[in-house]
Amino acid sequence: MNKNMKILIVDDFSTMRRIIKNLLRDLGFTNTQEADDGNSALPLLKASDFDFLITDWNMPGMTGIELLKAVRADDKLKSLPVLMVTAEAKREQIIEAAQAGVNGYVVKPFTAQALKEKIEKIFERVDA
Amino acid sequence: MPEPTASVSGCESSMTERAQRDEPLVEYAKTLLSQLESGDALEAMNTIANLHHARDQYLFQEVGKLTRSLHESIKNFAIDTSRAGTKVHDEMSRMQDASERLNYVIEKTEQAANKTMDMVESTIPVSSQLGDRARELKPEWQRLMRKEMKPDEFRKLTREVEQFLEFACGETAKIDSNLSNILLAQDFQDLTGQVIRRVIQLVQEVEDNLVNLVKMAGTIDQITGIKHELPEQTMADDKPDIGPEGPIINPEKRNDVVSGQDEVDALLSSLGF
Repeated sequence: MNKNMKILIVDDFSTMRRIIKNLLRDLGFTNTQEADDGNSALPLLKASDFDFLITDWNMPGMTGIELLKAVRADDKLKSLPVLMVTAEAKREQIIEAAQAGVNGYVVKPFTAQALKEKIEKIFERVDA
Repeated sequence: MPEPTASVSGCESSMTERAQRDEPLVEYAKTLLSQLESGDALEAMNTIANLHHARDQYLFQEVGKLTRSLHESIKNFAIDTSRAGTKVHDEMSRMQDASERLNYVIEKTEQAANKTMDMVESTIPVSSQLGDRARELKPEWQRLMRKEMKPDEFRKLTREVEQFLEFACGETAKIDSNLSNILLAQDFQDLTGQVIRRVIQLVQEVEDNLVNLVKMAGTIDQITGIKHELPEQTMADDKPDIGPEGPIINPEKRNDVVSGQDEVDALLSSLGF
């Protein structure tokens, strides 16, 4: 796994972005950027070459599931690995995210260990 | 003054009220019956008019009560009594006040989270450095214990150990201070708890007031015979809503949600993930 990969963290709460950023740094990933909803994330994703997207679901403006669908519908971005980190815990929602092509789903509150495992699993598959 | 007719021993006040309310109607009905039996149609018409009047009177009273309680409720919603006596109290609606209070909770919790993370972020490098320097000294110290050290190496080591102890004293004081700042940052819990409790109280009062209004309106409907076609399915019509809901506060009472990461993983693996 390339520790220098470029990661975009999308969450409307700055504290949650900061927590994720810190956990990623502990895992050795320091090349991170942040956005506070889908509307601000999508232009960043299109303009730059991110390797990984971590997004919340429930955000004002454009939600995480809409962002995921927009990413999958975009020719340039469609194979971008996406990890959802969210408090949304309805089975239907998890199924919807899976159908929309999410690569991993972490439900809040989460542990550093859970985040690490999901990221490793995603890149095992991507690299395979 | 006629005595209450339907008086039951230890009767409830509503029974007495109803008896008092119905008393004139009973009297009029009896009069009407005897007038009709004796063929006094003109007087009977008068009695019917009186009956009508009594019903109207009662209706006016109930509408009056409803209007009063409506006013009372609006007043309760609109004014924060705890602010009575201050200048803002007129403009300050309790609803708006509740929103402000909840925003205060968001602010306070955000501040606390950021302060805690500041402290953690400034502590981690300090404790890492302490560990790094201890790890550097350890093999040298072990050489000393095994008596493998030459005198000049020993002198160098004692200097290094002294520097390390100096460094450790200073840095652990920094860690202590950061930790107690983290502790203090948790004081939001008490403040936000109080604020949230007040908002819960307001929500309950609003609910009580609304229930009272509905009851009042129900009484009016009863007398006037108005029937509302209530769409029954407002609650039952829970067609699956897949919109974001935020944290699930009672996962144990619901069967449409997962209760943790293990269940998420199980669900995803059942979908072939």
